[in-house]
Amino acid sequence: MAETHSLQDFQRPAVSSKVFIQRDYSSGTICKFQTKFPSELESRLDKQQFEETIQTLNNLYAEAEKLGGSSYLEGCLACLTAYTVFLCMETHYEKVLKKIDRYIKDQNEKIYAPRGLLLTDPIERGLRVVEITIFEDRNIGSGR
Amino acid sequence: MKNCDYQQIDPKVVPTYASPSHIGTRGPRRVRRKWEVFPGKNRFYCGGRIMMAQQSGVLPLTLGLILVTTGLFFIFDCPFLVKHLSSCVPVIGAVLFVFVFITLLQTSFSDPGILPRATLEEAANVERQIDSSGNSSYRPPPRTKEVLINQQMVKLKYCFTCKMFRPPRTSHCSLCDNCVERFDHHCPWVGNCVGKRNYRFFYTFIVSLSFLTSFIFGCVSTHLAMSTTQQKHSFSYPHASFLWFRVMFELVICFFSVWSILGLSGFHTYLVASNMTTNEDIKGSWSGKSGDVATNPFSHRNVFVNCCSVLCAPLPPSLIDRRGILPVEEESAQMCHADIQLPANKNQRNMVGAPAHHPLCLKPHSKLKAELAAAASACLSVVKVWLSG
Repeated sequence: MAETHSLQDFQRPAVSSKVFIQRDYSSGTICKFQTKFPSELESRLDKQQFEETIQTLNNLYAEAEKLGGSSYLEGCLACLTAYTVFLCMETHYEKVLKKIDRYIKDQNEKIYAPRGLLLTDPIERGLRVVEITIFEDRNIGSGR
Repeated sequence: MKNCDYQQIDPKVVPTYASPSHIGTRGPRRVRRKWEVFPGKNRFYCGGRIMMAQQSGVLPLTLGLILVTTGLFFIFDCPFLVKHLSSCVPVIGAVLFVFVFITLLQTSFSDPGILPRATLEEAANVERQIDSSGNSSYRPPPRTKEVLINQQMVKLKYCFTCKMFRPPRTSHCSLCDNCVERFDHHCPWVGNCVGKRNYRFFYTFIVSLSFLTSFIFGCVSTHLAMSTTQQKHSFSYPHASFLWFRVMFELVICFFSVWSILGLSGFHTYLVASNMTTNEDIKGSWSGKSGDVATNPFSHRNVFVNCCSVLCAPLPPSLIDRRGILPVEEESAQMCHADIQLPANKNQRNMVGAPAHHPLCLKPHSKLKAELAAAASACLSVVKVWLSG
């Protein structure tokens, strides 16, 4: 898991605090997170970088839940096979979740880890929040 | 990787970020999966792959009625109808039966869309945010929070069990003790909640069941009519009381099922077309009961799009990750959070293994007996109502 690998890189630093980015329900029940920049990250991260990360995540989740030709085809095919096709085939949503997992790992390696932060994949928190763990200052810039 | 240098704690104490492979290779500790410490009232079988509500309700009765009625149809009516009507009859019956059976099992055994409970840090964060005085004291947050969804104010309620503000359309099922997304209802006939993830299975089940019962009803009536006309089979009283009993059983079951299941299918078709849940319909959430002009903010204002979004949208993933390996630090947190009674000694932690969550597919004998008794009493009450009505 991303959490374990990144923490080993930091030689088990102490967790200073955690910030939780809540869901944005203004467009309905689709998975979307608020892009408001939390004050706790002001000393560690650029507002623009944070917004870009959250916006990309929102776009990926929108892609996962998109109602379009391919999702309708998948749904109709599944219905015709009494949904047994879900037992053998990876769904569209699961494919996008893997993409999101790779994106978060990439963001952690490039942007967040060097700043003593760790992004947790929202799927590990039931798609409720984006959890950002803030580690103590001594680990910034120390590398591996 | 300098793993040895990370050990800043006593090596005798279990390290908090040990990977699952280390857990498996070390002494008596066995790999624990998340379903084993699931806080809700669900039962898991086959290593967490199958999940159901704690009480199976009348699922055995549902299965029994479907199997017996369809079995009688195939054994007694199909041979006659194949000979005198068409060989398509058993084929259509078989296809419908397969649809009904598979979708019933999928509805009963899948995750309805359970939201995992908030972690301790999340819950503390929510409570801390509410405290306006600036102190870091923790007190229960207010019961509701209003959000604007598609230009309409919707109230989100705080769930004290799951320690989070419930997303819109989510409701807490008291029978299963879980918050379920897009909660429709808890169905005792399938022994599970019906929610976001299994609504399409449930809808396909009731629609195909109404087709199956109508089909069997039609076939049995046709068989009866043709036999009486052709006088091929003697239905006179002294000769074939078993045949009469069997025919009446099938006709009565199908007649009642047709009306009730067809009605239910019609109701759910209306719900699907207007993108509503049974829960919202019963509570009158969008009917302007409170005096405000309220419309459903989740409806796409188009029947076709509503149907597609409910039935053909990408299947959301299960959020509870029941087959996931439980990290050791989460294991101890879950133990505190879910109030599981375990001894304080850490060495014994992994040897306890609550007997109710044994990974085998078999239930404890006493539980099976209790459920059979419950199913039998449910059958008796249904028969009593049927005879008196």
